[in-house]
Amino acid sequence: MSRPAEQGLLRYATSPGSSSFTEFLAAAAPDLMPGNQRQHDGLAPHGTTIVAATFAEGVVMAGDRRATAGNIIAQRDIEKVFTADDHTLIGIAGTAGLAIELVRLYQVELEHYEKIEGTQLTLDGKANRLATMIRGNLSIAMQGLVVVPLFAGYDLDAADPATAGKIYSFDPTGGRYPEVYYHSVGSGSVFAKGALKKLWKPDLDRAGAIRVLVESLYDAADDDSATGGPDITRGIYPVVYVTTASGSERVGNEELEGIVQAILADRTSRPGA
Amino acid sequence: MSMPFYASAEQIMRDRSEYARKGISRGRSVVVLTYADGVVFVAENASSALHKVSEIYDRIGFAAVGKYNEFENLRVAGIRLADLRGYSYDRRDVTARALANAYAQTLGTIFTEQQKPYEVEICVAEVGVTADDDQLYRLSYDGTIVDEPGFLVMGGQAESLNGELKKAYTPGATLADAIAVAVTSLGSVGGTDGQPRALPATQLEVAVLDRTRGKRKFRRIGKTELAGLLPAASGDAPEPAPVDTPPHDEEAGAE
Repeated sequence: MSRPAEQGLLRYATSPGSSSFTEFLAAAAPDLMPGNQRQHDGLAPHGTTIVAATFAEGVVMAGDRRATAGNIIAQRDIEKVFTADDHTLIGIAGTAGLAIELVRLYQVELEHYEKIEGTQLTLDGKANRLATMIRGNLSIAMQGLVVVPLFAGYDLDAADPATAGKIYSFDPTGGRYPEVYYHSVGSGSVFAKGALKKLWKPDLDRAGAIRVLVESLYDAADDDSATGGPDITRGIYPVVYVTTASGSERVGNEELEGIVQAILADRTSRPGA
Repeated sequence: MSMPFYASAEQIMRDRSEYARKGISRGRSVVVLTYADGVVFVAENASSALHKVSEIYDRIGFAAVGKYNEFENLRVAGIRLADLRGYSYDRRDVTARALANAYAQTLGTIFTEQQKPYEVEICVAEVGVTADDDQLYRLSYDGTIVDEPGFLVMGGQAESLNGELKKAYTPGATLADAIAVAVTSLGSVGGTDGQPRALPATQLEVAVLDRTRGKRKFRRIGKTELAGLLPAASGDAPEPAPVDTPPHDEEAGAE
């Protein structure tokens, strides 16, 4: 006997209670899940350094623009930082193709939950959901196709707006770690973090936080061949997003150009830096 | 061995139609109409948690009347289908026409193959780039699909409401005017001694698909904003609305 729930469109409604698009996709169309196709490590371009820092009004995230395949620069204007929804940002280091697909799925996941439940997930809920998706990728990560995201957002439930900007880091096994002040992931993260240690201050404003992140990416590009520095001849600057209580916005190229020129002038006067 | 009673196909279909129509007609109505910036959904709904109107996708909205569990099932399935299509193709490839077709197929199959038809009527609306591209589809319990120009009414007393709305509807109205037209029509039936009822904001669920918004065009209009948009007379004298979400029809169930 066929139950009404299995007919036509309603085969999509067979499991009441689940508001997860990922779980639904895995059951309804497993071939569309990220990483279900076999790729070879050496052929897949890699993305590299992502940095994020909190400031008085929220959180800022930035990523360089380079993707590499071995010794070759595969792309010089790739974008690795995205808005996941109105108040969250996600940046991805690792295998570029897989990472971008994962971000796309995560964006649908958050919107799907919101539409079905009529309410958004909390910031911690969103971070936990991302951790589960990374864990689902573990077997592919073991083959060398690692994706490591950096997640940040403005917590609308926070009691004090000054501490509402939050950052989470993840490991390939799905571990989720709340970070204070700032964090960095990717191949140039060691150098970026070293720079952030000296540059980040608790009382940064929006412009100050953007400058600190762009400068930390400059330092990462200085010492890591897989991280791209600002490309002045082509006008390619890092992707920078700012998230505050009023939502997320991408920082414009004119503003970034000014910041990059200021950093270069500063560095020219201190050639040892 | 006892012989089963013979019932003609015609008789079975008529019985099922009657059953479904009876269930639907006891619920409160929903009006969907186009206005200058898109589509507005106006539902008589005292609950602020159990919605009759919902977002499906960027440009697509959903409204339903009838049994809550049945149309909720259809709503969730619609969101899943839309998100799946948008994820595997592109966001622009998700259309109300495809979704309405899927709903029609599903409702039609349930109507002919199941013991009990769904006691629902649903509307799938899509807001276009210009007013000419706006689309309203009405789907009935038996899978009938109708492409309605301008406005549609679902639920109890749909016929008399349709007449009211036909007189008052003007294309390209402002949001406040469109809501006023819908609310006046909804209040024109169900009052004591045939008097029109006043419907305050607390009795209404209103949402729009607004083409001037960013990626996601759907927006709910909160009670406070709604109170400001409603004509002055409907703010006071809240009258109890007729019973909603009818219980199972016990007579029809005893077959």
